[in-house]
Amino acid sequence: MVNTANGKVKVAILGSGNIGSDLMFKILREPGHMELALLTGIEPQSEGLARARSLGVNTSHEGIQPILDDPDIRIVFDATSAYAHVRHAKMLWEVGRIAIDLTPAARGPYVVPPVNLLEHLDEQNVNLITCGGQATIPLVHAVSRVTPVPYAEMVSTIASLSAGPGTRQNIDEFTFTTARGLEVIGGAKQGKAIIILNPADPPILMRNTIYVLLDAEDVDREAIVESVEAMVKDVQGYVPGYRLKNEPVFEVRDTPEGKRTLVAMLLEVTGAGDFLPPYAGNLDIMTASARQVGEVFAQKILGIGK
Amino acid sequence: MKAPRLTDTTLRDGSHAMKHQFTREQVRNVAQALDKAGVPILEVTHGDGLAGSSIQYGFSGTNEFDLIEEARGAVTNARIAALLLPGIGTRKELKEAIERGIQVVRIATQCTEADISQQHFGMAKEMGLEAIGFLMMSHMRPPEFLVEQALLMESYGADCVYVVDSAGALLPDGAAARVRALKEALKTQVGFHAHNNLGLGVGNTLAAVEAGADQVDGTLRGLGAGAGNTATELIAATLDRLGYEHEWDVFGLLDAAEFVVAPFMPFQPFPDRDSIAIGYAGVYSTFLLHAKRLGRQYNVDPLEILVELGRRKTMAGQEDWILDVTLELAKQNKG
Repeated sequence: MVNTANGKVKVAILGSGNIGSDLMFKILREPGHMELALLTGIEPQSEGLARARSLGVNTSHEGIQPILDDPDIRIVFDATSAYAHVRHAKMLWEVGRIAIDLTPAARGPYVVPPVNLLEHLDEQNVNLITCGGQATIPLVHAVSRVTPVPYAEMVSTIASLSAGPGTRQNIDEFTFTTARGLEVIGGAKQGKAIIILNPADPPILMRNTIYVLLDAEDVDREAIVESVEAMVKDVQGYVPGYRLKNEPVFEVRDTPEGKRTLVAMLLEVTGAGDFLPPYAGNLDIMTASARQVGEVFAQKILGIGK
Repeated sequence: MKAPRLTDTTLRDGSHAMKHQFTREQVRNVAQALDKAGVPILEVTHGDGLAGSSIQYGFSGTNEFDLIEEARGAVTNARIAALLLPGIGTRKELKEAIERGIQVVRIATQCTEADISQQHFGMAKEMGLEAIGFLMMSHMRPPEFLVEQALLMESYGADCVYVVDSAGALLPDGAAARVRALKEALKTQVGFHAHNNLGLGVGNTLAAVEAGADQVDGTLRGLGAGAGNTATELIAATLDRLGYEHEWDVFGLLDAAEFVVAPFMPFQPFPDRDSIAIGYAGVYSTFLLHAKRLGRQYNVDPLEILVELGRRKTMAGQEDWILDVTLELAKQNKG
């Protein structure tokens, strides 16, 4: 059934909004082992569909149906809404397609490419958590693979213009989901997430601060820094604009549990500017991660890669 | 003329000056004294609102829900309020705060981002609370812009919308113009919350009252972020002298400030050099102690840090940028 004649796996994008469009540009620019067969929306007159057509991408305004109708499409990126994805997830599962979920619906396990993707390649539905989660979980994991992390906290500051209505109406879900991701995938015993919108004009680049509290007062700082730097390189492999503004800062802090070592990491994410503006690093890291997850699944279907 | 409703937030904004280390005993004594002196609303929460206890803002010494419960148990007439900043606190903490005794919630967003508060207003109204909107950093936008944001909060069910001068950067005419614009556009009540960074706490509060504010905030001894808030006892005394009809006990509030709060204050908030810089540069008042601490640690002038944060147009809650800016300035100073 899998059409591997050209060494590519057919993929489709559900959703013709900003996220779907940016993901389309990323896949067209760097298809890897994927062939973008279809981009669908539900609004015949949508700008997104027109844009896709002008780039030679097949489109449809009939939502998920044409994707279900084409058995060659093996991987489906869902960039619609949590509400819609609950329905899509079931339909895609029934016909055996792989769903990569960019909404907060979380019907499948959370994945962060350099941390746990390889554990979930047998899943049929994976979820990308939140933009802040994609940005910060790798760095918490980078510390927790060196030494136990009882507590991790992330503060995400994003430009107001890059926070769409979905984020705005569901801001609690951002904090719940991200905090849970810091625990489940980052490896922190307890996670906390804070999000701040900044309306400055010109818009600020996406910024994240990651704080990790460690039990011991004397920790192997060199090993932590080395692990963090390696992780930053791994993420840069698929998000080129991902960088730490400083080396991790170490401090001894008083906490309710006594003196603890604090590691603070200041992270900046510049978007690739594929379709969305560079300041929207928060959206870029979602679509870049989605593309990466799609590529790894495609390689698995083709029986290549790791 | 009827005096505006007075909300005392010693036990919330004062939490910043206390580095979030209020004890149950302090909360009980302050709440009792304010209740006895006829203040109808007392706000009790971590300085940065529900779930503010964090590395970013400072950990609470005593769990805020325990403090809310303590305050609720200490009062007879006053009602207890909590602050909630969507993005920090969630409906989960709001629910717990309701179970522990709050009857009023104040929901705060940057003055440009009111639309992140809809789900919280929804829950507050569903659960029968009085719900008040807080437009933080109001000096950063003109009156007509604030009106649009206030109308959003009104549409979500707000019973009152506050013009919040988080940076203590407004001058009296700016405070009055904002309150007046909201009064003209809204059906709900309008409030005003001041910081004293430019020494205008009382002046701005009076200007807001003259412009029609239905509710105003104070803290005993001005205990609060930056140079502190307008002192509750000063609002009480000055509005009394201006002839407003009220039900508070002026001398009772003077006693509460002098004999209950002053003895445990770590310092008297005052427009000192760095606090004036906060008002002048228009940055969030809570940055004060963080900038002083990091300035000492990295040998950078806090004034320089605060002015740079103003230049970068930082908003409420961006305490992590203080570290960022301090590290940059420390590097520059070396180089």
